[in-house]
Amino acid sequence: MSHPLFDYVLGLADDALISAQRMGWWISRSPQLEEDVAMANIGLDQLGQARSLLAYAGQVEGSGRTEDDLAYFRDERDFRNVKLVERDQQDFGVAMARLLIFSAWQAELYAALARSADPTLAGVAGKAVKEVTYHLDHARHWVVRLGDGTDESHARMQAALDAEWPWMEELFDGSCVDIGLVADGVAVDPATLRDGVLTRVEAVVAEATLTLPATGADAVPTPGGATGRLGIHTEAMGYLLAEMQHLTRSHPEAAW
Amino acid sequence: MKDWPLWEVFVRSRRGLSHVHAGSLHAPDAEMALRNARDLYTRRQEGVSIWVVRSADIEASTPDERDSFFDPAADKIYRHPTFYDVPEGVEHL
Repeated sequence: MSHPLFDYVLGLADDALISAQRMGWWISRSPQLEEDVAMANIGLDQLGQARSLLAYAGQVEGSGRTEDDLAYFRDERDFRNVKLVERDQQDFGVAMARLLIFSAWQAELYAALARSADPTLAGVAGKAVKEVTYHLDHARHWVVRLGDGTDESHARMQAALDAEWPWMEELFDGSCVDIGLVADGVAVDPATLRDGVLTRVEAVVAEATLTLPATGADAVPTPGGATGRLGIHTEAMGYLLAEMQHLTRSHPEAAW
Repeated sequence: MKDWPLWEVFVRSRRGLSHVHAGSLHAPDAEMALRNARDLYTRRQEGVSIWVVRSADIEASTPDERDSFFDPAADKIYRHPTFYDVPEGVEHL
């Protein structure tokens, strides 16, 4: 019944798709017009990654589902994204803290996946590496400016980093990744990404004069556990999907 | 944010061409101005290089000075190469 490669690709696709949806929320709401465009660009890069991965997942599954079928006609329990990306981010500091963590992880992931034995995954990852390098750079600039800014901005950036931090752990959880795929060089064992991601994030946190939240054995675990890849999400997910899917579901086959 | 300075953006579309003024934007500092310029003015592959300059640092001629700046050149037709006849027999000029 279950298909390890389908599950793996779907998880990565959903991470990018749901993050893109959250980034889109900022259009017309960010601190300035220029940032509106920057966040839209980042969201669209992520959406592009999601589309390639969803199309490939549909192909792997082999039952004729398209990228649109997978994005718009699955229910909450069938989404495989980590919980980091699905929660509300209506605070600019939170958005940047999350983008820092997520894009640092994507940068490490895609760099490793670019060497995947699966040529499609390697191709998607190879293209995405450049995109997420820019996303990480964008997040770094804001985290540094806000962290090393005024007392007010420092306190709010620290609070944002502390709030996002526990949700990072799930990115390194490998319990849903098939060990056969890792052994064959197709998938990346998420645990192997931890050191690289932390090195990137720690450098930014230090430059921003922020305090690094606890890591390793002292780390606060992801609330509710690493359940996103099992389809068990936070309260925010249902609302996100309602907004993302309602138009397509109300008007199936609509085109413009 | 309201007091963020204005920056002028110059984009070079490809190697061998000059940077051309593309527009302006607001940013807190030069690094962010460069990044905003990338996002605003090169999202359709318009360029291979970007310059940003604080608008306040540009000294510009004013419309009031137009007559004294530019009109005197109007009757100096000898400044154009077309003013001169090429002597017969000159091959490389």
